[in-house]
Amino acid sequence: MSNNLRFKTSKFIDETYRVSFKFNNKKYFGFKGDTLASALLANGVHLLGRSFKYHRPRGIMTSGSEEPNAIIQLHDNSSRTEPNVRATEVEIYEGLVASSQNCWPSVNFDVGGINNLLSPILPAGFYYKTFMWPASFWEKYEYFIRKSAGLGKSPKVADPDIYEHNYIHCDVLVIGAGISGIMAAKMAAKNGFKTLLVDEKSHLGGSSIYDNSEFSKINNQITSSWLEKEINEISKLKNLEIKTRTSVAAFHGYNFLLARENLTDHLPINQRENKVRQRLLKIRAKKVITATGSIERPLIFNNNDRPGILLSSSIKKYIDLYGVACGENIILFTNNDTAYETAMSLIQRGIKINAIIDNREQIDSKISYEVEKNNVKIYKAYTVVDTYGYKRINKISIMKLSKDGQTVIGDKTKLNCDCLGISGGWTPAVHLFTQSGGKLKFREEDQVFIPDVYPSDQISIGSCNGDFSLEEIIKNTLFSIKKFLNIENSEYKTIEIVSGLNLSKRNIWLLPSDKPIGKTKSFVDYQNDATSKDIKLALREGFRSIEHVKRYTTTGMGTDQGKLGNMHALGIISETAGTKMGEHGTTTFRPPYTPLTFGTIVGRNVGEFFDIFRRTPIHDWHVENNAKFENVGQWKRAWYYPKNNENMHQAVQRESKSARDSAGILDASTLGKIDIQGTDSSEFLNRVYTNAWSKLAVGKCRYGLMLNEDGMVYDDGVTTRLGENHYLMTTTTGGAANVLGKLEDYLQTEWPELDVYLSSVTDHYATISVCGPNSKKIVSKVIPDLDLSDERFPHMSFKNAKINNIKCRVMRISFTGEHSYEINIQANYGKSVWEKCMKAGKDFNITPYGTETMHLLRAEKGFIIVGQDTDATMTPIDLQMDWIVSKKKFDFIGKRSLYRSDTIREDRKQLVGLLTENPKEILEEGAQIVADVKKSPVEMLGHVTSSYYSPNLKKSIALGVVKGGKNMLGQKLIIPMEDKNINVIVADPVFFDKEGERLNAKL
Amino acid sequence: MFLINCPFCGEREQSEFKAGGEAHIIRPKQPTELSDDEWAEYLFMRKNIKGVQFERWNHVHGCRKWFNMIRDTSNDQIKAIYKMGEKPPVK
Repeated sequence: MSNNLRFKTSKFIDETYRVSFKFNNKKYFGFKGDTLASALLANGVHLLGRSFKYHRPRGIMTSGSEEPNAIIQLHDNSSRTEPNVRATEVEIYEGLVASSQNCWPSVNFDVGGINNLLSPILPAGFYYKTFMWPASFWEKYEYFIRKSAGLGKSPKVADPDIYEHNYIHCDVLVIGAGISGIMAAKMAAKNGFKTLLVDEKSHLGGSSIYDNSEFSKINNQITSSWLEKEINEISKLKNLEIKTRTSVAAFHGYNFLLARENLTDHLPINQRENKVRQRLLKIRAKKVITATGSIERPLIFNNNDRPGILLSSSIKKYIDLYGVACGENIILFTNNDTAYETAMSLIQRGIKINAIIDNREQIDSKISYEVEKNNVKIYKAYTVVDTYGYKRINKISIMKLSKDGQTVIGDKTKLNCDCLGISGGWTPAVHLFTQSGGKLKFREEDQVFIPDVYPSDQISIGSCNGDFSLEEIIKNTLFSIKKFLNIENSEYKTIEIVSGLNLSKRNIWLLPSDKPIGKTKSFVDYQNDATSKDIKLALREGFRSIEHVKRYTTTGMGTDQGKLGNMHALGIISETAGTKMGEHGTTTFRPPYTPLTFGTIVGRNVGEFFDIFRRTPIHDWHVENNAKFENVGQWKRAWYYPKNNENMHQAVQRESKSARDSAGILDASTLGKIDIQGTDSSEFLNRVYTNAWSKLAVGKCRYGLMLNEDGMVYDDGVTTRLGENHYLMTTTTGGAANVLGKLEDYLQTEWPELDVYLSSVTDHYATISVCGPNSKKIVSKVIPDLDLSDERFPHMSFKNAKINNIKCRVMRISFTGEHSYEINIQANYGKSVWEKCMKAGKDFNITPYGTETMHLLRAEKGFIIVGQDTDATMTPIDLQMDWIVSKKKFDFIGKRSLYRSDTIREDRKQLVGLLTENPKEILEEGAQIVADVKKSPVEMLGHVTSSYYSPNLKKSIALGVVKGGKNMLGQKLIIPMEDKNINVIVADPVFFDKEGERLNAKL
Repeated sequence: MFLINCPFCGEREQSEFKAGGEAHIIRPKQPTELSDDEWAEYLFMRKNIKGVQFERWNHVHGCRKWFNMIRDTSNDQIKAIYKMGEKPPVK
């Protein structure tokens, strides 16, 4: 460690606790309390990475979350590796490993540096302009562009850390624990508000906590001492919760905020086991106080990006908070007084300040006189015109500014330095305020945007509200918070403030140079290498909107979201276009304020907790019997049950054959079930289904088709009349919740006069369907007391029954075209009844089948599946299901739409059967259907919706929708595939047992 | 994310609710007597106002009740909430 850069002064650094870490494979030491940035600076390391486009050497520029340059890869190749981490925010711990990004083979020698030399031919929009033609070459270009795009490396394996989400409800949320935030939190908590105070740093007090200057005092104490006492006081308050290392990422409407709390990132890896790494806080606050402070502005001049160039306030923070000098021969370059505070901090520790370059002609403040007294040469009305030093600044050249500040005059002077501090004044951090919907106004006198119109119960205080002097901050905080919280007692008696600072600033967005602008590189967005030249080019090329200039030049589109340079971009645009600042507005501030990890966003919703699984009561049996599952909505449904290494096709063929030859059994518990009661239930069903329900006898079942008001098929299912005023409706598995919602909607809003009550009972019953020629024998063994004779229990009827004294409902309904029974029993008996059926069916080779076989069997019968054979454009007429649409009923949902000019068109897509010329050929679902492949362009007539090989018919069958297909029976059509054209014949959609003999066969 | 005052349950998070489009569109009593244009007016035409809009909402993950809301779509301020069948409290 180079000792002359570390000063023993800071109470935030534990000098008894040495920490070793590795950066770019080299071992360094720092102290507990250091950030990676402060520890590297203490070791004299400034060069941290290469810029995105030109691969220019870049160093640490700031000391906080606004850092554009010092972004590194943390943890290198471990499973925790994380790209784009700001070195200024990483607290070091024993064993930390980090490396530079965007450079190869090393940060010191980077091949991509050639781009810097090529920069004259890499202007804004270079990629757009160059790689657009010829269009067919894009794929080749893309390969190379992709290789050079992106910063850092993403992890290759699963994240080993744990994350979680927390909800917080509070009366008052205070964002930012600087001086105004601390005061606000104290006032709120002491007045009985349940208060939460959050700050992104590990310490409280913001920048005032290391303000040891004699030039600004509160009640005759230096600011840091006064604030320390305040912090001590509030940390004991019961009403106040304080969260450090917590960054508010998003401020949404109605005071809903998201914050990321870092819990273990500062700990050595071996201390992180089984601990939550980061927490996403979902905060709902009655009142929000934003005290997010301000960000120092850089100055925009030629070559303002070299390692060793830092914000002046950051140099101050490094020396005051971390005891680290950023150089041994420092020059400060400023347009306002705050750089003189930095100067005083450096002077007090005996660090050499070679010069201060000040844009201003007149400098009149106590602190500037004090700096001058210490023999620091101040160049008034001067500007830096160039800097030198490839991997670290070693020299600058300066010239005098003209009166209007637009040009430079006189001779060039060169000054040596190893560090340049720049200060362009301050930009209020209004990001969160604007995210919440707040409107900004532009304050002409010091060229800042400040909060104007608040969209919710919130207030901004301190420098994020444009108050920059200590006096303003404290006075306005007291006044505004008292009013905002409507409290009598401010908790503060008289506060006397002394400040030695003058707030004057000479604002020049783009500083002039002796070179023409085309020969300069004045960076506005450091991370994305956008220069003032690029912005001016964009304007010359006709871009006017700030949002367009942003996207064309990529200004403000890096991971730092332009926290430093966006104001300058606006300034340069308005100066060049000759418009007033503020007229353009700003670009949109979008969440997150600082990047969030994916881990934080998903929290515990990973792996099997990613989404909810719904399992049927019989699920365990399926698992034990080797079922493969498919997701239907949130349900896990048994898909097929492979035996002896069968593939899916083989298993489905076997299952389908057994179901028709002897017996099959299906778990149908996932079908939606809605219990309907009330004296108007029949009338209600009349209105929601296309067919008539009034005459359905108690104990009978009926298939129903439900439409949307636009006439398109929405859902289907069998409904059973359990009693005079009692029905049980079944819906499709995926549609259950929506159907219930739709029915409730009509009941509550259109037909409130109907006496009908709906209740979802999907989860209450297990449903077991036994089908096939032997189904009757099997069910009679399971429920011996039930009379299964066809006379007493015909197709489409229902019976109450008991299995071992447990009530159940048995329906004789069929989705396979086979004689079949559906047993509905209280869910917790589902598995045992299923096992009973399996036992009873053993002699009949009862075969469990899954959804795939179900789909095949129903396709043989031409039964539709809503959502597979239909989309939201099929009417019942299109489906050739005219029989189910009542002509007599006065009205039902969707009726009027069935004879709109569009729905009665003859050439609508209609459902047909398709048979391949070669019966072995199986069509692909989704394949296009055409009549003529030679026509150009080929006219698409429709597509295949369902396709299977039927083991019962020993041929391939398919359903599809075809324009005007109803009238094409027997016609030849073509399915063009990648390697061949398949000929098909349009057929009736019912392929098997058209007369329904199997349903009514005497068993 | 809004905080919505369900008229039956009280203040709840927006995630418990589902928006149901424009309010006060009455389903015609005799759809069969309407021309295609008149039916299309009911079926498809919605105002989608930037500004104060009358909307239907459903407390779908709560009491399942539908209700009406007056909301300014330009700033998401909820002006009023009232039950189905009630007259809007403000114009």
